[in-house]
Amino acid sequence: MTGYFLQAFVYLIAAVLAVPLAKKLGLGSVLGYLIAGVIIGPVIGLVGTETATIQHFAEFGVVMMLFVVGLELEPRMLWDMRHKLIGLGGLQVSLTTIVVMGIALAFDLQWTIALAIGLIFSLSSTAIVLQTFNEKGLNKTDGGRSSFSVLLFQDIAVIPMLALIPLLALPELIEKAEQLGQAAAEHGDSLNLVAHLPGWAYALVVVLAIAALVIGGHYLSRPLFRYVASSGLREIFTAATLMLVIGIAALMGLIGLSPALGAFLAGVVLANSEFRHELESTIEPFKGLLLGLFFITVGAGVDFGVLQVHWPKVIAMALAVMLIKASVLFVLAIIFKIKNSDRWLFALSLAQAGEFGFVLLSYTVQNHVIPQDIAQILSLVVAFSMFLTPSLFILYDKVILPRYEEAENHQEPDEIDEKGTVIIAGIGRFGQIVNRFLVANGIKTVVLDHQVAQVELMRKINIKSYFGDATQPELLHTAGIEEAKLMVVTIDDKERVRDIVKYVKHNFPHVRLMVRAFDRGHAYELRSLGADHIITEAYYSALEMGGRALSELGFHPFKAEQLKNAFDQIEKDNKEKLYQTWLASSEDNRFSNDYRDLFLQLEDLLGKAMNKDRSDGHSLTDRGWTPPPKNYLDDFEQDQPKADDKP
Amino acid sequence: MPQQNQKVLVLFAHPSQDRSEINRPMFKLASNIEGVTAVDLYREYPTFRINVDKEQQRLLEHDIVIMQFPLYWYSTPAILKEWQDLVLEYGFAYGHDGKMLHGKSLLCAITAGGAENAYCDKGYNHFTIRELLHPLEQTASLIGMRYLAPFALFASRTAAEEQRVGVHLNNWKKLLVNLVENKVDLELASRLDKLTQLPNNLFKEAL
Repeated sequence: MTGYFLQAFVYLIAAVLAVPLAKKLGLGSVLGYLIAGVIIGPVIGLVGTETATIQHFAEFGVVMMLFVVGLELEPRMLWDMRHKLIGLGGLQVSLTTIVVMGIALAFDLQWTIALAIGLIFSLSSTAIVLQTFNEKGLNKTDGGRSSFSVLLFQDIAVIPMLALIPLLALPELIEKAEQLGQAAAEHGDSLNLVAHLPGWAYALVVVLAIAALVIGGHYLSRPLFRYVASSGLREIFTAATLMLVIGIAALMGLIGLSPALGAFLAGVVLANSEFRHELESTIEPFKGLLLGLFFITVGAGVDFGVLQVHWPKVIAMALAVMLIKASVLFVLAIIFKIKNSDRWLFALSLAQAGEFGFVLLSYTVQNHVIPQDIAQILSLVVAFSMFLTPSLFILYDKVILPRYEEAENHQEPDEIDEKGTVIIAGIGRFGQIVNRFLVANGIKTVVLDHQVAQVELMRKINIKSYFGDATQPELLHTAGIEEAKLMVVTIDDKERVRDIVKYVKHNFPHVRLMVRAFDRGHAYELRSLGADHIITEAYYSALEMGGRALSELGFHPFKAEQLKNAFDQIEKDNKEKLYQTWLASSEDNRFSNDYRDLFLQLEDLLGKAMNKDRSDGHSLTDRGWTPPPKNYLDDFEQDQPKADDKP
Repeated sequence: MPQQNQKVLVLFAHPSQDRSEINRPMFKLASNIEGVTAVDLYREYPTFRINVDKEQQRLLEHDIVIMQFPLYWYSTPAILKEWQDLVLEYGFAYGHDGKMLHGKSLLCAITAGGAENAYCDKGYNHFTIRELLHPLEQTASLIGMRYLAPFALFASRTAAEEQRVGVHLNNWKKLLVNLVENKVDLELASRLDKLTQLPNNLFKEAL
């Protein structure tokens, strides 16, 4: 037991030390994990033989990553970006694969190996690129968006690649593996239920399993999660999520399919469910850690012997790969009319090979497609190209961008500005109206509520909402708080509203916070916490009711409207003073008489203003429509003999 | 005469700005000129609850008031009429002690749908643009302000297609800058029929 703890400690401390440092140096977290692995593996030698075993475990992180990729694939979003996705992404992957494969063939490699290498190098690093875009605020540029569609296409393309790779297996490698008796031990084939079935039966089993996955995922998962969520126990929800992903991985393993493939499918099936954001936020930490572990094992597996012998080859290959990828991207950028600095951003940002390259590499080795010795060199090439990526971004920032900036600054800025999404927390009576109004005006909203029954009810009347606790930072993250422009908080729990306001204001100052308050005191409190706009829930409806009451009593409706406005104006004019008094009294930690006195003063003021004319003879309520005094024409008649000139 | 800079207030009234082709660029341009205070009345008072004290204070702080609007039924959009009804109070703008606006100038900057030749007694609008705006001219007279001839763009619905917006914007800018620098011959401006083409003698050379 102590042995395991020691090992786990070594891995964890390596990650804890290396990853933040790498991020600070602008290298990104993936490189941080790789470096951590290199240090504890080949450099210090703290970990060794067990790395391969752990790697199998760590590969589960990849399964989870694909589950999340599946979850994030909303059919509508895909449809909206279909042209860029298929055009740019499809051409990038296929052209790069063909060029790399051609070069590999020229070096006398077998075509199956050449194809596998082409596929591996066609992928870029989603983790590094998206992270960097986020940090540098390049998401919304044309280059950033185009890069995103290519990355998304690559993420999806991994699925058919995983299906294709086993077909490329080399007979002689399989033979060798079987001779060594490793095949069974290496990827759990001992538990394969279908190994001895004839071809047609195997095909039938596969079809049935996938059908079961899709249908079960669609119809059974919802009642299950609803049941779990209504218990209100967070850890059981976590357990259910893990159960789902692990179960799918096991099922796929039993019938000899890729667990990653199954998890991806399950993710897609659940992408439209109300539990999507909660599932994602639950799985996120596990995915992150296991994926990190996966990169550490890749780093730990780096063979310095190989590097010493082959380093010129590794560097040459990495540079060649990046040159090929950047050229392909640059040509595509010209074809798809991506202009100026965006063209360079697009070409440079995606020039590296990525983490999926590692995944495919280990998968190809397992499936006897690429021999171990070549795979080791390729793995170094992938890592080295990732190391070079930050320097390409620096090149873009310092050399390329300044050259274009001058020209671009002369253009008129676009009139249409990005409206941004709105997150609505709480879809009760209040939130519903806000949401309906925004959606009717074409604003994209993400609706969250922590009551399953409420979410279900909303879904029945076609309001797309998600289950989840908006006070959980992870959930806000998956709901897209980083991208959001506004957040509307209409939760009917004072404490939790307070928590959300504090958290969001502190971590995402760019998000405008609009909050529904219970009463005056709550509103003041929210204001002191930094909420941008506060509506006290009953104020306007009550005022409306008061206005109607006046009309019923015989006031002219327009007069009643003016009286309502005057009331509201006095409230607004005195808001600041009341707030300051409240603030002072709450800081003294006593409910002071000052505040009550002030409130009474306000009431007094209201009564007077409503009834009494102002000292200058005009009442506050209909100021400006008051006719001039009866004798006002005397002045004009003194000035001018003609009485016709009057206003 | 000393060249003291004038403070210019633009009161802009346009109720459907998402469809505006000329007024919105004009307003944007005005907002960027130093010495010009540009107020979008519909933005500031979306529910027509005009803050009378604030608007009166604004008038006191400026020398030249420009009402910028598209001509609606030969008059201003509703909020500008509301603005007049509320802000030009007895005792402030007119009446026994109402002399607060005396000596200031008032200019209308308008866009009109009809072609220029429609605004004459032979055209289908029967009156010149200055005649149609007589209520505003008389208001100015009663509150002691100098009324300047309207700065107008005609046939505004087709101006964008006919590439006339650029010229109009340039004239608008020239007018505003010269008003701020006190280089406009206000006497002449009040006598003209309209300020569509800005005649050269409208602008005084700096001393």
